Amino acid sequence: MASLVLEYSVEEVPPLVAEPGTRRKIRWGRGLVLVVALAYFIIPVYASVDFALQNNLGQFSFVTLKAIPSQPGLGAALWLSARLAILTMAITLVLMVPTVIYVHWRMPRFRRVMEVITILPIVIPPIVLILGVLDAAPLWLKASPYMLSLIYVVLAMPFVYRSLDAGLNALDLKTLVEASRSLGAGWISTMRRVLMPNLRSALLSAGVLTAALVLGEFTMASLDLWQTLPVWIVNFSGTNPHVATAVAMFSLLGTWFLLLFIVALDRSNSRKRRKIRA
Amino acid sequence: MIPSDDLAADPDVPDRGVGGEKAGRRRTSTGGLVRSLRIGAPVLPFLVYVLLGLGIPTFVIVNLAFRSDTGRLTLANMKTVLSGGQYQLGFETSLKLALVTSIIPGVLGTLLAYAIATSKFESLKRAVATASGVLANFGGVNLAFMFVAAFGTVGLATSWLAHIGLNPWNYGFNLYRFSGVALVYMYFQIPLMVLVITPALSGLRPAWREAAHNLGASTWRYWRHVGLPVLMPSVLGCMFLLFGSGFSAYATTEALTGGTIALTPIQIGAFLSGNVISGEQNIGYALGFSMIVLLLVSVVGYVLLQRRASRWLR
Repeated sequence: MASLVLEYSVEEVPPLVAEPGTRRKIRWGRGLVLVVALAYFIIPVYASVDFALQNNLGQFSFVTLKAIPSQPGLGAALWLSARLAILTMAITLVLMVPTVIYVHWRMPRFRRVMEVITILPIVIPPIVLILGVLDAAPLWLKASPYMLSLIYVVLAMPFVYRSLDAGLNALDLKTLVEASRSLGAGWISTMRRVLMPNLRSALLSAGVLTAALVLGEFTMASLDLWQTLPVWIVNFSGTNPHVATAVAMFSLLGTWFLLLFIVALDRSNSRKRRKIRA
Repeated sequence: MIPSDDLAADPDVPDRGVGGEKAGRRRTSTGGLVRSLRIGAPVLPFLVYVLLGLGIPTFVIVNLAFRSDTGRLTLANMKTVLSGGQYQLGFETSLKLALVTSIIPGVLGTLLAYAIATSKFESLKRAVATASGVLANFGGVNLAFMFVAAFGTVGLATSWLAHIGLNPWNYGFNLYRFSGVALVYMYFQIPLMVLVITPALSGLRPAWREAAHNLGASTWRYWRHVGLPVLMPSVLGCMFLLFGSGFSAYATTEALTGGTIALTPIQIGAFLSGNVISGEQNIGYALGFSMIVLLLVSVVGYVLLQRRASRWLR
């Protein structure tokens, strides 16, 4: 799914309603929107839970849940998806972070070009890109599932770049780097001890969304004939739709909880740091 | 989002990057060229990666789109794709789907983003924001199965609606056809809209609203003359982005319908899975190329509108 995700945290947006007078008024419009949205998003989740707690005759039962761990191929698919996610995040980190920092520091004009380049994966979506990749990639590369990771790095570029760009825009990069260098720190030390801590939120959001992208990616994996988790779900749905639906729901909810957890962790950490500073 | 950065902000920094180098090549000396190459060198790994991972595959697609089975230059593939038949039908259905799933989620997503941004419940905001991130990125396969459980023929929501005499399947709804696919697309398009429009909402300053009210404007007039004009370019731009996302989505439809709906991405998938008629060996590349052209238009629309919007959103 091509998507351009810039921020997953809404909380930076300042409150739009400032007048104290209107605050006491109940805002029916807003409440209605939130309730309808909530219902729309919860109904399929609720229906999946209900469906997962049924046996083949439609009666309430834990049969499906108990059966999940022993499904053939599920473990292997999960493990493959996990490896691809880790590898994709590692390559993204090594490739994108130094590049974006360097561009901000030495080549600010090049940022225009970077913006154009990193929006290209939206112009050439997965379903089209895989056409060219399967044709152009050498055989030894096509024989390896890790080729997917190499392309996922490209797919993740739009939001990884924008996340890092936004993080760096909030810093006085030049001063930080020069201060660190003039105090005798080398490049690695500057990166690790000065820039990384300052970019933590941006790195986290980029990393987590990259992981979500890899764990849910179906198009390229299925057409490259690798059984990742989503591909397994589709292949297996004919055999046992209850199990397939349960796994689909759990992987979605699991990713969401992981994200919530990491965001909460990040917030509590930054609050702690603020306290130390004060 | 494309920030409207002030490029001249830092005059001390030698900004002869790879991009600037091309423009400056004519007037700079050889020494200047070497210097700019040295400054640009650390960006090379990234550029090489993009060239290999994106440039070469794209070149292959464009090249093969205009080749016959024997490798000669031809327009036959493009003609087959664009002149009648199943491929044109696929294109039209894809366009229709992309339009429906960009306009409706565009409006609803903006309303939802505004409701979230003005809400006072921090934990609700966080939950919705992270849920949007997951839903917009995680992808369609999982959603397809969850929707079968909810809105399938024997789904839970279907049975609820049937209970009050409103079974959607009796009113032309079919989860495995256009209406169903569009319904599932909304499930990731609305969160995507929430994600991309939220930064723009912060451009609506409370001071403007106060000023409007002090001058005697009603809420409606505030939106009519201040709020909507400021937001419009952003909303339209993000809709372009949603259009691209809806147009190129493959996973949801494939998982939901098993590829029985004629959409361009599905046809490309079928082509890759080996359903090729002889004499049309390169038709998949022609389909891919026409998708690239259309998506290019929508992304350019997005970028231009975003630039227009940034005038107010500083």
